[in-house]
Amino acid sequence: MAGGERAEVFSGFMVNAWVVATMVAVVGGAIGFFIVMRSSAFVAHAIPNGSFAGAAGATLVGANPLLGLAVFSLAGALGISLLGRRARHDVATALTLVFMLGLGSLFLSFRVEDAEAVYSLLFGEVLGIGSNQVWPTLALSLASLLALALLWRPLLLDSVLPGSARGSSRVRLELAFLVIVALATTMTVPVVGTALIFSLMVGPAAAARAFTVRPHVALALSVALAVVIVWIAIAWSYNTNWPIGFFVGALSASAFLIGRAWSVASRRLGGARHRAPAGELSP
Amino acid sequence: MDQPALDVASVTVQFGSRRVLDGVTFQLRRGEFTGLIGSNGAGKTTLLRVILGQQSPDQGTVTIAGGRHGAVGYVPQKFLLDPDMPLRGRDLVALGLDGHRLGLPRPSRQRRERVQAMLAAVGAERFADARVGRLSGGEQQRILIAHALISEPQLLLLDEPLANLDLRSAKEVVSLLAQIAREQRIAVLISAHEMNPLLPVMDRVVYLADGRAVSGTTDEVIRTDVLSHLYGHHVDVLRLHGRVVVVAGDIDDHHADHGVLEVD
Repeated sequence: MAGGERAEVFSGFMVNAWVVATMVAVVGGAIGFFIVMRSSAFVAHAIPNGSFAGAAGATLVGANPLLGLAVFSLAGALGISLLGRRARHDVATALTLVFMLGLGSLFLSFRVEDAEAVYSLLFGEVLGIGSNQVWPTLALSLASLLALALLWRPLLLDSVLPGSARGSSRVRLELAFLVIVALATTMTVPVVGTALIFSLMVGPAAAARAFTVRPHVALALSVALAVVIVWIAIAWSYNTNWPIGFFVGALSASAFLIGRAWSVASRRLGGARHRAPAGELSP
Repeated sequence: MDQPALDVASVTVQFGSRRVLDGVTFQLRRGEFTGLIGSNGAGKTTLLRVILGQQSPDQGTVTIAGGRHGAVGYVPQKFLLDPDMPLRGRDLVALGLDGHRLGLPRPSRQRRERVQAMLAAVGAERFADARVGRLSGGEQQRILIAHALISEPQLLLLDEPLANLDLRSAKEVVSLLAQIAREQRIAVLISAHEMNPLLPVMDRVVYLADGRAVSGTTDEVIRTDVLSHLYGHHVDVLRLHGRVVVVAGDIDDHHADHGVLEVD
């Protein structure tokens, strides 16, 4: 690794990559906190994978792929929410995913010559991000984060005690959450790809909860881990020419494994710590 | 006395041809601890859902003092909290205070003190900072009770809170709830298929069988003639070493085994 090469990682078109990828990581880590809290990992897998059909469709009619992503991820969120009953919706999620994947393969079959560009959406092309993507990503990031901040307490309560919110307010809350996932999907797919948003949304958040018992600290840690993972992935991807998605996936999985190990170790030690005062105080 | 905290009048709920609740009538007063007793399928959960406003009755009315379903604290049945969740008991109690509000919480000394006082009231201070999903069943139950109580409801409903507790934890939770009912002037209604843990502290009982109910003090209700009339066939109420066993007249009839037959 030459010194000059390392300098280039931070120069020119790479600046867009750093800026956009950082925003994507912040939003992915924040939403991931709730995805893991709500055990919605399947949704986090289905919405991005289904939305790739939207990008394929947009390419087919000559529209901006980002628009196709937005339309399809929102449609996916609505489909999951409407078909699912009482916020238990893994079958609805699967059906929505299967239907959208089917559409995607149909769209691709019509225009084989553009397939390459669409395939890159599967695994991301952070190094090819243009400056025209910075502002839409920033806008979507801010919208997602603002929505999460607004819904912080109701979402947290509903994640912990799913019976708490009553009837219609519960359905609205779930729908709002799925729409946030859809927004985040739209901005994340071009950067890390559909196949790997999943790992960015689940890995850091799942790892973070092993290290703290405080929800807001877990959220902050999840964001920090996601950012660090994406930064390392960009640097390694630049140096090796391997796809960034591989590094994001591998690092997310590693973070999760370290979290599990930490969790097991601290339970062995911390379990004794928790029991000791109990013994002293009880009569 | 003043207006009842809860007035259930002739509530009937029908699922298809099955009458799950049939003219159920009773009242709860503030400061009273009431057991809702009945075997599985007797209609306990449906009745709680009607009181919570999650199920509308086909006939009859439910009136809650203050007139709003929101004034009811509720502890759901057999709730297992995710053991890995990054959440302390303290956080869960705070969510009971303002978890329905939008926006980020503003930490204030007043909010902190209110949560602390509630934790103290249910005896949960000692484990309030541990991961809530890793607490024992009895400890989680205390946190959930504090979560339901901190919004200062006049009525607290608990659906089978003793179902997965060992005998000692069950006793502790029951005496805690009776104490809360008296000291905080709240009507507490606790559903159970087994009445014996509740007997020492229960002010009143609502006894459900096949959707019909009788209510009154324990001595008024847990009697051979009253329960035989409710069941529509003969049952015996036996008292053994301070415990009550309800036995159907016919040995093969499993309708009426609310008591536990083994005796310590």
